[in-house]
Amino acid sequence: MIQVAAFWLFATLVIASAAMVIFARNPVHSVMWLILAFFNAAGLMLLAGAEFIAMLLVIVYVGAVAVLFLFVVMMLDIDFAELRAGFVRYLPLGALVAIILAAELVFAVGAWSAGGIDLAARAAPAVTDKSNIQQIGELLYTKYIFLFEAAGIVLLVAMIGAIVLTHRSRGGVRTQNISAQNQRRPEDATRLVDPGVGQGVQL
Amino acid sequence: MISVGHYLAVSAVLFTLGVLGIFINRKNIIVILMAIELILLAVNINLVAFSAALNDLVGQVFSMFVLTVAAGEAAIGLAILVIYFRGRGTIAVDDANRMKG
Repeated sequence: MIQVAAFWLFATLVIASAAMVIFARNPVHSVMWLILAFFNAAGLMLLAGAEFIAMLLVIVYVGAVAVLFLFVVMMLDIDFAELRAGFVRYLPLGALVAIILAAELVFAVGAWSAGGIDLAARAAPAVTDKSNIQQIGELLYTKYIFLFEAAGIVLLVAMIGAIVLTHRSRGGVRTQNISAQNQRRPEDATRLVDPGVGQGVQL
Repeated sequence: MISVGHYLAVSAVLFTLGVLGIFINRKNIIVILMAIELILLAVNINLVAFSAALNDLVGQVFSMFVLTVAAGEAAIGLAILVIYFRGRGTIAVDDANRMKG
């Protein structure tokens, strides 16, 4: 019974906070509502028995993506009031598209509930005597190892791309030039002089 | 009792809210990116729900890959946003027609 109550709690909160994400006036508030939505979605996934994905959602989304959004929102000096203009103008079209989409999704769920899909052919049936994370690990590192590595490459490319895009080399900054330091020889840097008695050294 | 249909309904509402967010916040690309994150979250909920309903782990494995792509997309999107802001001083994407495409 508590599972049902938890499901309704999480479902209500995830939808309410998702609505607040898109309707909030301040994008900082939007990010906060997004974090709440991710937490509640993680709860939903926990209820479905996907503990690993739920924890991953909290770590990756709340810990990394949402904070990244927060940094960007706070870093850029943006006039948000000007960006809100046209909100009412776009609302009817957006609502129309949303209603059509929702109707399609309800139709699809209804068609799926009516049956007709062969559920016998399962690629990786879950066994019950192992934990969720152990099963996923065994699947991920054997059968889906190439997909796993491809995901790693995607992340690497994204990381390099983000750095290359936002890197800015400033002029007039005195930095260490290691190769110039290594190429410097004693004969370039010093000079032996033989001053006469009573004379100064002129360098 | 909670069935997979309930999960699909939540996911459908979430997906629809994401699409609506793209439409009504057409000028603010930050909220558009957040709406895309909501859409991908709805996809993940769908995958996990079917994975639990069919007792098949592939859904959860695939959900991880969707998560990976979502994280990369957010990083690249925000990087593009930052350089766009540097060049233009605004993030109003409504009139982003510089390339005359």
